[in-house]
Amino acid sequence: MDARKESEAKPMKNRTTVERKSDREIAVTRTFDAPARIVFEAWTKPDLFKRWWAPRSMGISLLSCEMDVRVGGGYRLVFGQGMEFFGKYLEVTPPSRLVWTNEEGGDGGPITTVTFEERGGKTLLVMRELYPSKEALDAAGTGAAEGMGELFGQLDELLVTLGANGGGA
Amino acid sequence: MVQYTNPSLDTSFAALSDVTRRGVLEQLGRADASITELAERFHMSLTGMKKHVGVLEQAGLVITQKVGRVRTCKVGPHRLEEAAAWLEKYRQLWAGRFDELDRVIEELKQREKSDGRKKRE
Repeated sequence: MDARKESEAKPMKNRTTVERKSDREIAVTRTFDAPARIVFEAWTKPDLFKRWWAPRSMGISLLSCEMDVRVGGGYRLVFGQGMEFFGKYLEVTPPSRLVWTNEEGGDGGPITTVTFEERGGKTLLVMRELYPSKEALDAAGTGAAEGMGELFGQLDELLVTLGANGGGA
Repeated sequence: MVQYTNPSLDTSFAALSDVTRRGVLEQLGRADASITELAERFHMSLTGMKKHVGVLEQAGLVITQKVGRVRTCKVGPHRLEEAAAWLEKYRQLWAGRFDELDRVIEELKQREKSDGRKKRE
């Protein structure tokens, strides 16, 4: 328990927050210290995208990444263990907006919308996933439940995140 | 700033904003307890503990049952833990991605800077 205190001294990264916007929408927000055109580039060039989409903490590597970033163009991500994610781009507006489908799960897949909003040289990124129904979003989260002790640990962390975020900035 | 538009989640998070109430929930996760037992454990008056339990009960996180003169508390049927755990897992995935993305962006910025310098030279 006491060992935790030391890790609190780490330099602060920009905070990633998650909100459930509605019964069928979830949003992730993060600020990046760079102009929108640079952040957008990292989302739309396969060789760059490949470097961050599968971080080590995910425990699975991204083997290949094809992206035809234009309206109607397709993308396909292939992970180890034969996992594939694919869909097509519905909107491509450099450097401020990307919308794509997620079709690997059939019809019930969410629509992903990413917006890049530049503010004073920094970029506020919001990624939303809109599911066709509440059930589809809930189903995406099923199986995530774990033991009580761990849950409350995570909950503490979540509340700290929410509290700190509620203070504005 | 409202983080959760889902009203039941709002109530739940409000209920959990207090360290004692979180402790009570954690305790009840291990075993049911009476209000008297909880008050003793958290060095609190009966009245104080009743208030805390009342807030948790309203949020659906705890249910109480009176048998004879003893009111027993247990963890409620609310699905908050699952929702919170899933959100937190999801957040960790994206936080991990974005920390890597920071590195990629930093490189692109450096490249842009040195390209700009070359052009001027």
